[in-house]
Amino acid sequence: MRISTFFYCIRQGMQNIIRNKLFSLASIGTICASVFLLGIFYSIVVNFNNIIREAETKVGITIFFDKDISYDQARMEEIAAQIEKRIEVQSMVFISAEQAWEHYKDKYFEGRPEMAEGFAQDNPLAASASYEIYLNNVEDQTAFVEYLKEIPGIRRINYSEMAVRGLVSVNKIITYVSAVIVTVLIFVAIFLITNTIGLSISVRREEIRIMRLIGATKFFIRQPFIVEGILIGLIGAGIPLAVIYYIYMNVVSYVVERLKLLSGLIVFLPVHQIMSILIPAALALGVGIGFFGSIFSVRKHLRA
Amino acid sequence: MIHLENVSKTYETGSKAVRDLNLHIEAGEFVFIVGNSGSGKSTLIKLLLKELEPTSGSIVVDGLDITRMKRRKIPMYRRKIGVVFQDFRLLKDRSIYENVAFAQRVIAAPGREIKRRVPEILNMVGLAGKYKSYPRQLSGGEQQRVAIARALVNRPGILLADEPTGNLDPSNSWEIMNLLDEVNRQGTTVVVVTHNREIVDQMKKRVIAMKSGRIVSDEEEGGYANED
Ligand SMILES: Nc1ncnc2c1ncn2[C@@H]1O[C@H](COP(=O)(O)OP(=O)(O)O)[C@@H](O)[C@H]1O
Ligand SMILES: [Mg+2]
Repeated sequence: MRISTFFYCIRQGMQNIIRNKLFSLASIGTICASVFLLGIFYSIVVNFNNIIREAETKVGITIFFDKDISYDQARMEEIAAQIEKRIEVQSMVFISAEQAWEHYKDKYFEGRPEMAEGFAQDNPLAASASYEIYLNNVEDQTAFVEYLKEIPGIRRINYSEMAVRGLVSVNKIITYVSAVIVTVLIFVAIFLITNTIGLSISVRREEIRIMRLIGATKFFIRQPFIVEGILIGLIGAGIPLAVIYYIYMNVVSYVVERLKLLSGLIVFLPVHQIMSILIPAALALGVGIGFFGSIFSVRKHLRA
Repeated sequence: MIHLENVSKTYETGSKAVRDLNLHIEAGEFVFIVGNSGSGKSTLIKLLLKELEPTSGSIVVDGLDITRMKRRKIPMYRRKIGVVFQDFRLLKDRSIYENVAFAQRVIAAPGREIKRRVPEILNMVGLAGKYKSYPRQLSGGEQQRVAIARALVNRPGILLADEPTGNLDPSNSWEIMNLLDEVNRQGTTVVVVTHNREIVDQMKKRVIAMKSGRIVSDEEEGGYANED
């Protein structure tokens, strides 16, 4: 295509939008809403996933053995081997009674090693050899704990029921709800854009009739409307992207400021990481809605 | 240039607008087509533009059998033909310059070519001074000149005009016909459908008379048939 023809088509497409302000605005508005919600949901879900994944690597299940077994390395290893065969298990770490004591000592007699000296010959945690079990998926935790309880010789199972399970289900709900809302909005957007372009076509009926008579190709007749759709899609995606960028920056710094306590647990993904996925995805969505909306419309109104 | 063999067109309504037409127009001719309203003249023009398909028969224009032409070839074919109508069909929201340039944009002519050619053709139709005006600011005769400029800007070999003076007063009608004659003298084949008896009689061109979809007379240097 010639450059002059290209610019001519872009100009015609922009003219369509300007002539057809109200409908164009409605279309842009719905695309904005779709992309905005998509962006917000995406940011939430991705951060949740990140927190969960962090939790998955940090939070393990700790098992302690019955007193008699705790002194018997071979029997502990036997039980451990049995557990390790399970597919849910990612890794297991053995913590001997001595290591447990070292760890405890460092933590509770910090700076006062002399107080720990009294226990030097007699490890108070002698029966506390344990295994830490890390799972591939925190979601499997509850079921896995049930399984562990059935194993004879295990005295205690330490695990944090805590937020992890809640997070997983909240995240699922957010994902499903957002998928539904965004899908509905996309359909509304396509419907609106189809009508907007239908209106542009009807405004240009006479022009199209003349174009046909003087030998315009089907492609040339259609492209201002495709351009119109794509422009609407681009505007509709660009605005919410800018807004999300701004909101994300502010919300993250606000939360980090206010909730210092949680800062160890809640680690937000950096904005560029979110945007590096969101920008292409949102632009593709906006342009896709615009493109397919205009294709539908042109197919419907410009048969010949 | 234009060859019709046994061409018939029956509309879906059953109306037989063109019946078994045989017509040959050579390159460089100037032809009037006359006849009462409803005699099939506009249908003939639409067949030549491939706006309509004939029910039977064959139409060959400039060596191309347009009855067998594929859809996607139609635009290229239409670029060989200029066309003007009684109602001008200008774009009201665009200047005279843009109306003429439009025909070049449609065929994706280079910007330089448009800038050179549009003033040239506006000059030829005598409207060089009005290129900034809008159609509503022009008289009917001037609007029709713009339409002619638009039809000719891409240098078609054939110009079809369906009652180009139907909306014009006698003096404007003469100016338009003289312009078409001038266009013809510069080499374009011109086919003019008209009701204008006086002009047809005075211009001494080939006149084809139609009645009920048939050609009833075809005379060199003819006059408007004396009909009932
Ligand atoms: N689109 C159409 N559908 C059905 N009948 C038509 C249509 N166009 C024209 N006709 C009929 O075909 C005949 C020829 O019409 P037309 O070619 O317009 O004649 P003219 O241009 O000589 O006045 C008329 O009887 C008219 O009623
Ligand atoms: Mg007619």
